[in-house]
Amino acid sequence: MTVSAGWYLTLSAVLFTIGAVGLLVRRNVLVMFMCVELMLNAANLAFVTFARQLDDIGGQSAVFFVLVVAAAEVVVGLGIIVAIFRRRAGATADDLNLLKG
Amino acid sequence: MPAALAPVLAATAVDTGVFVVAAAVILSGAVGVVTGRNPVHCALSLVLTLFGVAVLFVAQDAQFLAAVQVIVYAGAIVVLFLFVIMLIGVDREEDVRAEPLRGQRPAAIAVGVLGLAELLGLARFHHWVTGTPSGAGAASGPGSNVEKLARSVFTRYLLPFEITSALLVIAVVGAVVLARRPQPGPGGGDGAEANEANGAGEAAEAEAEPASR
Repeated sequence: MTVSAGWYLTLSAVLFTIGAVGLLVRRNVLVMFMCVELMLNAANLAFVTFARQLDDIGGQSAVFFVLVVAAAEVVVGLGIIVAIFRRRAGATADDLNLLKG
Repeated sequence: MPAALAPVLAATAVDTGVFVVAAAVILSGAVGVVTGRNPVHCALSLVLTLFGVAVLFVAQDAQFLAAVQVIVYAGAIVVLFLFVIMLIGVDREEDVRAEPLRGQRPAAIAVGVLGLAELLGLARFHHWVTGTPSGAGAASGPGSNVEKLARSVFTRYLLPFEITSALLVIAVVGAVVLARRPQPGPGGGDGAEANEANGAGEAAEAEAEPASR
């Protein structure tokens, strides 16, 4: 408990940035999805750090709900990805341009 | 008082060591996710990151969340990722050189670095942690972490907790609907309507596709 909150939040910010850059740089839909998970974990880490620093269990409750929503999101997202791959094999994010004007 | 100070210093060294090791694991895993060619390697790097975050949860007295992190994230979500990778095949490697939008990748990295610098710079000139406790309860004090978290979730956050059950049911039903294979013939009983809707969507796409090529 002696490592200050600043270090935890710095780590969280770096992790979030890596996830965000990965989401923008990669074209494989699955890997993009994993990068979203990285960003969610960075947010969770920040929540727990704030919970410790403010001595407030509410931050940990927020992480609990984030976990639930992340699980639901992954289930639906992977379902969508499977449905897409069933229609067109080998699609990357750039191939999904049906709505392009 | 060197005798009293020694345990404190030892505890500090242990805490710092744990943080440094966990941070290294987290960041190497994250970089592995972003740079890995093979999606399976990306998923395994993701496990590394998730375990590191779980360690830091324990270091910050969030034992229940650390357990849930390992069980739900590393145990369920990553396995789900691996299942999907197996389903759709791993032989397709991403062509990293193909750049449909010229200059998008350098721009993305620049924006990321800029955002990080902004975050850290802002934090440099302000306090990291401000605000008042929400009144959900204290995180420290007597009682276990599980007990306090449960008290918070089942009293103050009871309504959100109930709503998550609806969310999970909706997600499961949605996943089942998405994963259904549209059957060519008339499906039996309940599924006929869903099959019809699916078939209509497919016909629309079949019409649209020649136009787009």
